[in-house]
Amino acid sequence: MAVTLPGCFSSNKNQGERLYVDHCSSCHGGEGQGLARLIPPLAGADYLALHRAELPCLLRHGQKGPIVVNGVTYNYVMPGEKGMSPAQLTNLLNYIENSWGNKSKPRTIREVEEQLQNCR
Amino acid sequence: MLKRLFLLPFLAASLLTACTDPAARLPILGERDVRPRADGGPADTVFATVPAFKLTNQSGEIITNQTFAGQAYIADFFFATCPGICPKMQGELLKVYAKYGQDPQLAFLSHTIDPAHDTVAVLRDYADRLGMGKAKNWHFATTGAKGEASAKDSVFLLAKAYYTAAEPDKQAPGGFAHNGTFALVDDQGHIRGLYDSLNPQEVDRLMTELPILLAEIKARQPAVARQ
Repeated sequence: MAVTLPGCFSSNKNQGERLYVDHCSSCHGGEGQGLARLIPPLAGADYLALHRAELPCLLRHGQKGPIVVNGVTYNYVMPGEKGMSPAQLTNLLNYIENSWGNKSKPRTIREVEEQLQNCR
Repeated sequence: MLKRLFLLPFLAASLLTACTDPAARLPILGERDVRPRADGGPADTVFATVPAFKLTNQSGEIITNQTFAGQAYIADFFFATCPGICPKMQGELLKVYAKYGQDPQLAFLSHTIDPAHDTVAVLRDYADRLGMGKAKNWHFATTGAKGEASAKDSVFLLAKAYYTAAEPDKQAPGGFAHNGTFALVDDQGHIRGLYDSLNPQEVDRLMTELPILLAEIKARQPAVARQ
């Protein structure tokens, strides 16, 4: 038992990064750099802290219409990730919010679950 | 038999140099047709060319095969609301533009596969946002200047001619399934290279092969001018 446990935990290790690579990096870039004025950056994006509580809903249901990041207005469609569990969204957000120079308080799954209750 | 075996290493070596030799010519891709000559001389080999097209770019200008006279161009297929591979693909093409975009012998042609949505105004906004608003040699073009839905049939046919798969697909993100092929076309309308933009090694190959084609075109041009 003691031998298999570390294996259980490590299967979720780097899950946030893997989700980012598979679901986000094609648009937001390998380093969260975005693409010109088409796709907003995630690295150093003021939006992350300004809209922290809304981000789980934004990831789940997508984003459409103008959005201002670091003073620049972007207007591109981001599809929602309806299939991601609260745990996956938590790991993904923790990865994004603590990569490429970003620094933020880690989220808990419970916190993310509560925020998902309030999606508009 | 022994002789043949001896030849093999030489053959292999010459094939290898053909692939790595910077002076090598790029192949002409696609169908070829051998036509007997009327005068009984050696038969002509006719290589496939991209079909005649008439598009409208982000400035409302008409773009035809003639627009690229004396130039190579890189063609790809995208749509402005594409949530899948397009940003990655256009980001890779931006890198090619950054390196070779100032070459007068090179142009870029991005076709929208969603002409009903991607009107000239939408294409202009897209080009602008990509930082290509002032670029004269990167065309974001549509087969339907009036946003007519029927124009998608002609762009799908064009995509096929450039060896790019593109078709409507309700399951695909954004409603269209397509792949991220870059087609490199020479000044005579022949396709000289196909590259998967989502594979960094393929983009590197384009970066290496592009100058070979540009040199070939430059070598051709004085002769054309003398005519």
